[in-house]
Order: sequence, then structure tokens, then C-alpha cells
Amino acid sequence: MTAQEVRLCGLLLQEHFGDVVEKVGTHLIRSGVLTLRALAHETKLPLDLVKKSLCVLMQHGMCAFGAGRRGPAGPVEYHIICERILHMLRYPRYIYTAKSLYGDTGELIVEEILQRGQMTMSSTVKTVADRLTHNMPEGQSMDYSEVVSAFSRLVETHFLQRCPPLASAESSSSGEVNTPLPAVTKHTEPEDHPECYKLPYINLTGQGKRRRSSEDGEAEQRAAKKAKTDNSERGDEGIYWQVNFQRFHLHFRDQAIINAVSCKLDQTSGEIVRTMLRMSEVTTSAHAAFTQALSANEIFRALPSSYNIARPILDQYLTLLVDDPMEFVGKTGDSGGGMYVVNLHRALANLARATLESVVQERFGSRSARIFRLLLRKRHLEQKQVEDFAMVPAKEAKDMLYTLLSENLVQLQEIPKTPDYAPSRTFYLYTVNQLPTARLLLQRCYKTVGNLIERRLYETKENKRLLEKSQRIEAILASLQATGAEAEQLTEVEEMITAPERQQLESLRHHINKLDSSENQVDETIFLLESYINSTQAPR
Amino acid sequence: MAGNRGRGRSQFTFNVDALGFGRGDSLPSSAQTPSPLFPPMQFRPVPLHTGEEVDYMLALKQELRASSKNLPFHIKAARTKTDVARYSDKYQNGEPKNNCIEWSPDWSRMPKELCIKVRKTRKTAIGARPQLTPKVAAKKEEVLQKLETLEKREEEQHSEEEEDEEKKKKNDEEEEPDADEDYDEEELEDETDYIMSYFDNGEDFGADSDDNMDEAVY
Repeated sequence: MTAQEVRLCGLLLQEHFGDVVEKVGTHLIRSGVLTLRALAHETKLPLDLVKKSLCVLMQHGMCAFGAGRRGPAGPVEYHIICERILHMLRYPRYIYTAKSLYGDTGELIVEEILQRGQMTMSSTVKTVADRLTHNMPEGQSMDYSEVVSAFSRLVETHFLQRCPPLASAESSSSGEVNTPLPAVTKHTEPEDHPECYKLPYINLTGQGKRRRSSEDGEAEQRAAKKAKTDNSERGDEGIYWQVNFQRFHLHFRDQAIINAVSCKLDQTSGEIVRTMLRMSEVTTSAHAAFTQALSANEIFRALPSSYNIARPILDQYLTLLVDDPMEFVGKTGDSGGGMYVVNLHRALANLARATLESVVQERFGSRSARIFRLLLRKRHLEQKQVEDFAMVPAKEAKDMLYTLLSENLVQLQEIPKTPDYAPSRTFYLYTVNQLPTARLLLQRCYKTVGNLIERRLYETKENKRLLEKSQRIEAILASLQATGAEAEQLTEVEEMITAPERQQLESLRHHINKLDSSENQVDETIFLLESYINSTQAPR
Repeated sequence: MAGNRGRGRSQFTFNVDALGFGRGDSLPSSAQTPSPLFPPMQFRPVPLHTGEEVDYMLALKQELRASSKNLPFHIKAARTKTDVARYSDKYQNGEPKNNCIEWSPDWSRMPKELCIKVRKTRKTAIGARPQLTPKVAAKKEEVLQKLETLEKREEEQHSEEEEDEEKKKKNDEEEEPDADEDYDEEELEDETDYIMSYFDNGEDFGADSDDNMDEAVY
């Protein structure tokens, strides 16, 4: 775990779960694996607080435990799964995707499960139905069956999955001596479990309840008590569902490829690639380098009916896609009118390369970008060759190359002519390696997001007094309006905030919105670079 | 090597032109101060994306952040009492306590050592009063049983044969504090004629703003 990742994880934990969990989490990330007692001793926190923090982290799937170094008889050891914490940055994107695919119901389901880590199906359905009912006009309520159908659709398309059972849960109740705790080194994927996407049979009928004001509080309490005892009879105790992040990431990757094709060529080509990806969704594994081969006939049949293009035009589009230097689509055969695949890894590499080039262009200017692109294409070049190919005057070329070199975006390779590495008899070649540069940029992105979060916290802290005052005034206004006050009283209360304060508040809100929006945008770059780097690593 | 030192003294071993400056030119001045914290940028950054999607995700992000502060997963350390024990302490139950957890996780999915008492929220059910009398008699036995469980629990941290027993005892123990707390709260509530905010001892007032207040407040 790099320093920037640890810092970002700490900030994210603090934002969502508070200082205590942040302290425990960052210490555990830095130390690797620790037992409960060691963790409590080193963080100097009370044992109960450490226990609570670990419970929170495990509920959200960010912490895992396993048998320690002394085997199953020794104390349990805990370790943090860092990438899960970094996924917290992307929660709005997941929720928005669920909304665009499955409507408001899907959006609320995913939001509930993300906020609570893992939930049973029945509790999710109830909570979501209640929330939807709350927003509906008076008299209407949301039926459970609609929520259940949305949930089922999410599970069918693998966006939600069951939490993997622990090995210790499989031990029978006869109390065996050797408790099979999962070993720390073995990493069980949730998909290893055969029933990963199987919906449980639950007996759930009813409608969402509207939350009423406090007069009915007691009736609610009694109803809530009754509901709790009902839970055990629902039929899905112990089956918890979590969000399948990998599936969301595949969806984002597909979206990025389709957008790139639409931008580079045109809308119709984007639709063709979208059709190809949709057809091969179920047949392609998560780490595959390219999709299954699809024949042009199949693609033609599967195109949406709104795109009424003739068969020869489709062939032309496919040929264009294959000939494009970005290499999104490749041709693997001639049967069935031509067999085509989408080159997933190649597409990711090209998208990452485009990101790197754009970063150099925005930071150092278009001429430096030209030199950078040149080096990416031609691999190794001497200084003189760089000047000639890039058509940049010698002095400026040197300047730009040295700037890029000092930022570590360009590397120097020495090729000696003689064994004594004499400078006059050595070739010095400039080169760019895409993968290490992508990693470097990814770390810079983490640092950027960390800086953005810290700045936002600083801005909030500076104006804390003002924010509290405005919150209090809003609360007063709301209560006055609820009890039916006159317009004079309302204006009187509103005038409690002076005009310059109002301006300050407005600019504060503007800054915070900008910082938040930047975080979301940097996260898109982070996703692209992470996908590229993961695609180059061999699958586990 | 030693051979060529006298002849061609000012010859370098590499091509000087490649350095970018001639022989007679002065070297660029060395830096006397650390580089500025916010160096002036040559190129301004590209403006952010705008649009409905971006605005919606921004709103989502801010909502998530606000609502996560209210969830029970947001853990606050209990404030250590610096004062003497006060009479109003037993009426103040809103503060988070260190030794209980505010939500109930599925303990079967977590290691046994993490198990903490689940905090029951105060219930203001008035209809529970008639249940008080039978509970008084059972309370003494529960106290004895609780003492026994606590004793046993200290011994069996690592042994595996008593795992099942522990599970059963924990289930019993979890129900007991519920009964105890309900009983205590109702009895205490019945004793006082004041509303709960009467016992607010002003601890929260100005508690957050003690940055530089070392002197006493007059």
C-alpha cells in the first residue's frame, strides 16, 4: 500500500465512519495483519472501541479475518482490503448507474446496500418500500412485489451477489474440535460459491409504510417490535447480499469503450460496438482479453430496430472499425460474413495512453505532448532524432525533454559502446514506458483526491460558525412555516443573516460543489488507469 | 586515466553542445530558497464537466456524506467524564457508550472475540408497566446467572469446546440487559416529575469550542 493510498483511505474512512474507525483502519493498513489485542495496544484505544470499529469495517467488507500465524488455535488476525475502501469514492457513480438501468427502485436498493454494507433481501425490500412510499403522494404506497422484482433483476444481471459464507459457518452443530477458520492466505471469491446469484424464497407481502409524526410513535414502536420478531420467519435469515463491484466495473469499462468509439467515429459505430458488447456480456469472463467472436450476421440481427441500416452498410462500418488505429474491434475469421471481436485489453491500453497524452498536453503544452506521443510511438530515440521528428527547435526540445525527465514521465536509457560507460561513447536514448507511467499517474490521482478532500474539510472548518448559524436559521424558518407564521416574521428571521454573510455562504457552497465535482471527475480517471493496470496483471 | 591529463586540459569527455549551453556561458543560478508552495502555472486547468448527470452525482455524493453521519456505523468515542459524578447522570442516556454497539450485526459471521452487547434504544412504551411485578422476582435470579456467565466468559477466551455454550449464554445475556434496561428506565421515569431536558447539565454548551480556553470562565 503506497503512502498516497493509505492517506486517501484514511480520509475516506474519517468522512464516512468517524475518527475512531479512521485511526484503527489506517493503523491496520500500515501494519498489514494484526490481532485484536495488538491493535488495541498499538492504537492506545479502549478495547471496546476497537471491537466496534472492526465490526463496522467487517460489515462493509473492508476488513477480513482469518486464522493467525499460530494456526486455528491461536488468536484471530485481521487485515484490511484497501481497494474496498477506495471504492467508497465511486459510490455516487454506482448509484447513478443503477438508477439509469433500473429506475428509482433500483437506485434506492443499491444505495441502501452500499450504505449498510450487507443486508438481507427482506430488510432491503422493506426499507426501500418505506422510502419510496414516503416520497409518494398521500394515500399511495409502494407494493413489496415491485421492489422484489427490481431486486431480482439486479441479481439476475449479477449487479448484486450473495456474501460468501464463512468456512466456520459450515461446521455442523455437533461442535467439532477443529474449527475450520479460513486461512489468511486463501482468498475465496464470492463467485466460487455455486449459489452466488440464487434468490432465496421469501414470504414477503405487503406495502411500504409511511412514517408518521410522533403522535403515532407508539403504534410505530409496537409495529416495529412486531416486525422484528417477524424477521426470523421470513425465510432468508443468514443470506446477506452485497454489491458486486466487479460487475459495475465491467459496465463502466464497456461504457468507456462505447463513448470512445462514438467520439472518434460516429454514433452508429458506437451502437454497433454496444450491440457487440451486449451480446457477449454473459459469455465473456471478467478478465478476458477480448470478447467471444461474433459473426456479422448475428450482429445484424441483434442491432436495435431503431437503427435501420442495410447489411452492406454494416459491413462497411465493421471494416472501418477494424481498420481504425485504436484497434477497438478486430477481425478473427471470415465465416458467417466475418467474425469480429472487441479487443478489451487493447482498448483499455489505448484509453490509458490517450489519458497520459492528454495529461502531458494540459500540463506542459502541445509541443511537449507531441514529443511525448513521438516517444510512445517510436519507443527509443536519441536527442537529435527527437528534435528532427518533432520539428521543434533544438534548445526548446532540450528544455521540454528535461522538464519531462524531471517529472519522471520520460526515462533515459544508456547504451554503452565500450565497457567503461564513457559519456562520449554512450548512446543516451529517451523512452516512455506506458505501464510505469500509468502507475505514476495513478498515484498522482490519489494524491489529488486526498488534497481535494483536505481542502474541502479546511473550507468547512473555517466557516463552521457561519454554516451552523445558517442551519439554525433554516430550522427556525422551517418550524415557523410549519406552524403557519406571517410573512413579516419570516422576513425578520431571514434578515438575521446579513448580506455579506449570505455572499460568503454562497461562495462557500460554490467552492464545496466544485471540490466535490472535481473528486468525481478525478475518480473517472482513477477508474480508467486502475482498469488498465489490472488488465496487464495476470488473473489470479 | 592519468595519461591524458596535461594535454587538452579543457576537453570534456562528451559532446558539450548536447548540454544546451556553450563553454563560456555562466551556469544557471542555483536555487537559494525552496521552490514555492503554489508555483505559478503556465497552463490553466481545463474546466470541469457540467451537465445533468454531473449535477445528480454531485447531489448524491453530498447526500451520502450527510446521511452517513447519522448511521450507527459512525462511531464516536464516549466523552470521558472529567467532573464529579452527578445526580443527573442516570437520566442522561443519549450519549454513546463505549461498551455497547448501536446496531446488531450478524455475530455468526464475525469472530467471537468481537462480540459486544447490542445497545437497546430507549423505548417509551407505557403499556409495559404491568409487566414490572413479575420481573422483580425474576431479576434476582438473573443477576446471579449473569455473574456466573461473566465469570465463565473470562476463562473461555480461546477454548473451542465451549463455543456452543458461549453462544447460548450470549443469547441469554443479550436478552437480560434488555429486560434490565427497560425495567430501570420505566421505574426511574415514573419517579421523576420533570421532563428529561431538565437534567441537561449544560455539558454540551461550549464543549466543542475549547481550543484556547485554558483560563477559567467567569
